[in-house]
Amino acid sequence: MSTAATDYTLAELCIVAAAEAFRHDGEVLATGIGVVPRLAASLAMKTFNPDLMMTDSEAFMLSEPNPLGKRPADFQQANESWMGFSRIFDNVWSGKRHAMLGPTQIDRFGQTNTSALGGTYQQPKVMMLGARGFPGNSICHANSFFVPGHNTRVFMDGECDFVSSIGYNPARLPRGRSLDDVDIRRVVTNLCVMDFGGPEHQIRLLSLHPGVTLEEVQENTGYPIAVPSDVPTTPAPTAEQLAIIAGLDPHNQRAAQIADNPPGIRA
Amino acid sequence: MDKRLSARDAVAQIEDGMTVGIGGWGPRRKPMALVREILRSDVKDLTVVAYGGADVGMLCAAGKVKKLVFAFVSLDFIPLEPYFRQARQSGSIEVMEIDEGMMLLGLRAAAWGLPFIPTEVGLGTDVINQNPDIKLIDSPYDDKEWVAMPALNLDVSLIHVDRADFRGVCQIAGPDHYLDDWFARAAKTTIVSCDELVDTSFFADPARAREVFWERAATSAIVEIPGGAHPSSCSPLYGFDVAHFKAYTASAKDGGIAGYLEKYLGADEAEYQRNVGGLDAIRAIALPTY
Repeated sequence: MSTAATDYTLAELCIVAAAEAFRHDGEVLATGIGVVPRLAASLAMKTFNPDLMMTDSEAFMLSEPNPLGKRPADFQQANESWMGFSRIFDNVWSGKRHAMLGPTQIDRFGQTNTSALGGTYQQPKVMMLGARGFPGNSICHANSFFVPGHNTRVFMDGECDFVSSIGYNPARLPRGRSLDDVDIRRVVTNLCVMDFGGPEHQIRLLSLHPGVTLEEVQENTGYPIAVPSDVPTTPAPTAEQLAIIAGLDPHNQRAAQIADNPPGIRA
Repeated sequence: MDKRLSARDAVAQIEDGMTVGIGGWGPRRKPMALVREILRSDVKDLTVVAYGGADVGMLCAAGKVKKLVFAFVSLDFIPLEPYFRQARQSGSIEVMEIDEGMMLLGLRAAAWGLPFIPTEVGLGTDVINQNPDIKLIDSPYDDKEWVAMPALNLDVSLIHVDRADFRGVCQIAGPDHYLDDWFARAAKTTIVSCDELVDTSFFADPARAREVFWERAATSAIVEIPGGAHPSSCSPLYGFDVAHFKAYTASAKDGGIAGYLEKYLGADEAEYQRNVGGLDAIRAIALPTY
């Protein structure tokens, strides 16, 4: 059987914790935007959920995830179908997708912001990307989030400055729909793993990373977290998982994803 | 019908206040030479509809844009487009911010002559709250409310393709045609620049005919501009110009768009290409790896 590693980085711990989000998905398109989410989806596909589908981040579906970054000249990716951007929407709207992304704000309803901060809508203080595909993603299929820096600017008090994605906010619930139609799965951060499975879809602590305290998580979250009586420690990667991650990320891009690339077990 | 035009004559069809759709996606296969021709013209007060990159940033910075219809504006490897940010943060443009898929639906509605297409996309978010012109409607078939995504009717679309013949048969040989077919169909006038003008017999090969994504009746004008997507990519012919995009982004903090245009734009595309190192240098830019 697999054995838990003792020497791993926090990024690797997060990749493994985030991969768990895809374990029971069955045959859906796993879209991980950013290094940690992409490695998480790839690890899940290469280990416990081989039914996952994945793209090359451009226009083809792959039967085997691509390693990140520059690849050898003789590398041939394992195409299985064309999947241009127009077809991505057909997939999104069918619901057979689970995306993991890193929004700039996540409020207590699980609503997220990718667009603008501060000021007014006509003249925001900081303009970011725009709503992108978040409105459609959030109402059509499952979504998870990765946050490399867990703090009260991301998990902020109040409501997002701009709501890019629908969450569990009763005041915004469209007529004829139920909050249970919204499907937010895992929230993986540099401190812990959470979901929105608390009372009335309150954010809930699932596990604490090694050495992290409940108080530290709550202090860095701008709203109350539901805390079960038993909160385990986030499971350590296995040696096998670390080897697969290293193979998927030969240029070690994961080392640049969390500030100072700390070890998984706090010193 | 011979649809060949010069860039200047093609772009001269764009009038003040028109709605202009721009094909491509972020830093990929943008009709940048046609955008540059707009920058050289006096046209103004445009409504621009695009999956935006530097096309949108340049037009905003040059004061050509009255209103922007967008889901994002990004250079991908540089996530935040510098001049789009400046335009938003100075409050100088009106916006209609929508979801990427809503834009597709709006283009489809325009292409099909429909006033709107119903969707659940946007419900519960600020793309509805901040857009009073996008209405929610009842369904005749259920008790839910739906978004009525309005048609995005375009006066003109600008698109760049790999190859085209003089009648407007267009080939996109790269891995993705993005939503360019819908930009072509949603517009009254579709202006297409091509890296290479080819004989009609080029399309006799069925594999090449399958790389044609709209009928020639949806193409109004063809402009032959080798390298015309630069600094965006035209895969497989060339990748996007990382160094140029970095210089462009740096210009937003040092010199502004005036300095950038002074250095690169030139009086025509030949001068622009001399300013960026020539066509051979453009064609030598490697494709990106994701």
